[in-house]
Amino acid sequence: MILKIKTSADVPSSEITPEWVYRSRRDFLKTAAAGAVGVAAGGRALLAKAKPVPLSLLARAPLTQGALAPLSARPSAYTTDPKVDPVNSYEELTTYNNFYEFGTRKNDPARNSGAFKTTPWTVKVDGLCAKPGNYGIEDLVDFNQLEERVYRHRCVEAWSYVVPWIGASLSQTLKKLEPQPGAKFVEFTTAVHPAEMPGLRTAGLQFPYIEGLRMDEAMHPLTMMVVGLYGKVLPNPNGAPLRVHIPWKYGFKSGKSIVRIRFTDKQPANTWAVQTPNEYGFYANVNPTVDHPRWSQARESRLPRFFKDRPTLMFNGYGEQVASLYAGMDLRKYY
Amino acid sequence: MSLSSAVDRVLRTRAFYWTAFLACLLPGLVLAWKFGQAATGATPDALGPDPVKETLHTTGRYALTLLLVALTVTPARRFLGLNGLQRVRRMFGLWSFTYAVLHVSTYLVFDQLCYSPRTCQWHDIWVDFTKRQFTFVGLLAFTILLALALTSTNGWIRRLGKRWQTIHRFVYVAAAAAVVHFIWGQKSDIRLPLEYAAVLALLFGARLYLSWQKRTRGLARPRERACP
Repeated sequence: MILKIKTSADVPSSEITPEWVYRSRRDFLKTAAAGAVGVAAGGRALLAKAKPVPLSLLARAPLTQGALAPLSARPSAYTTDPKVDPVNSYEELTTYNNFYEFGTRKNDPARNSGAFKTTPWTVKVDGLCAKPGNYGIEDLVDFNQLEERVYRHRCVEAWSYVVPWIGASLSQTLKKLEPQPGAKFVEFTTAVHPAEMPGLRTAGLQFPYIEGLRMDEAMHPLTMMVVGLYGKVLPNPNGAPLRVHIPWKYGFKSGKSIVRIRFTDKQPANTWAVQTPNEYGFYANVNPTVDHPRWSQARESRLPRFFKDRPTLMFNGYGEQVASLYAGMDLRKYY
Repeated sequence: MSLSSAVDRVLRTRAFYWTAFLACLLPGLVLAWKFGQAATGATPDALGPDPVKETLHTTGRYALTLLLVALTVTPARRFLGLNGLQRVRRMFGLWSFTYAVLHVSTYLVFDQLCYSPRTCQWHDIWVDFTKRQFTFVGLLAFTILLALALTSTNGWIRRLGKRWQTIHRFVYVAAAAAVVHFIWGQKSDIRLPLEYAAVLALLFGARLYLSWQKRTRGLARPRERACP
């Protein structure tokens, strides 16, 4: 199934929708919904999905979150249509995360990542490339060429939200490192800071967290090296200071807080596929026809949600761009 | 007067009965209030960005907790002599069932869209219950609880006579199935469900010990009488 992805005007969503306008629009919706309650049955209010910014959550988040430096970025043609996929609030995106190094509950990363130190940050590059070594973030990402891209993010747990990332195509980073022809895969390792990551002992996963991509997936222009969110430097719960995002794959493929990039000729042993091989594979492409053994992937909950009423799109709606990467592959076998 | 008989006297009071009743009801009321806050948009984050998943997990945990509370009644009577607890055992069981009903309803209405027969995802429900062990064991636990709730009335206790006790021992199967459902619902961190499993194992062990004790004493008693 090939799905047409709509691209929006060439203005970043943060300019179209400043946070405060976005909030007041949602407040308006809330008022409208409240009016509707009087008229329609109570259940209708649930469908209206009114959602002003939850200030109490902001208050609970670590203090450093509010002080993040702003980043300037140019708009991208890869941004989703805001009419179809309205951007989630900053609070939703930073208080509902899977980042098991900080704990397994969704609000654990927001609560437990306040002490996580992201400066100084070094990324070790090794394996089959011409430029191995230790790099700073500025060496890997050109901060004068940042783009804002609004991507759909689909978790393997059948929920999704819409995220205004700031960064650039991962290919720009990888090209600088000059992969050798023998490099067939690239592997990402997430940081392990035992004193700052309480989940390391309790999450029941093997750490460090390893993820990886086939070289052609990593070089695809949609695959993003992310350094920011919502016009600011990337917050800790979202994988500061450096993460990847692959919008057509389940969220666990997108490694956070990356400390190592390794080029290899063998398929990386990614953490979840090692942990539970019958449930999580290496490819993890969003696919409504291949269910997780314990739940269906046919529908998803778009947060904030009441009803799980959104049909899941093949390749998360990015099929037009990426389906050709998997031509002839049995996606039931390579899940 | 011993401590246990003093406690037992308190357990037999009407005040204790209604305190226990409120203790079962209040967490549900708090959850319902938060859900209402989230649903109407008054406090949209009352249960986080996914209030339905939060409600599913909370009602499920309350149902299992109260089931384990109901199962502690008999060991507490036999080991501590707190026979007054017998008066609240059925209530705990029925509260457990109530939260289980809310748990299943949340799944049906919000995840499977069963707010009307037209929107209900019958096929997905069928697949969940027949092809997926995780949901199947949950349904098994719920079905047993339903049967036990229906036969919990005085009328059914009388009608079933001795069979009532045999039937109601299936509560251990329900609790075990619920714990397995809880474990299988996790992705990697199974510490919390394992705590429930440990409590259940302890309670089951206590019951086995009590029935073994009853049997050996039952054999010993006539001999005691023969030799005064």
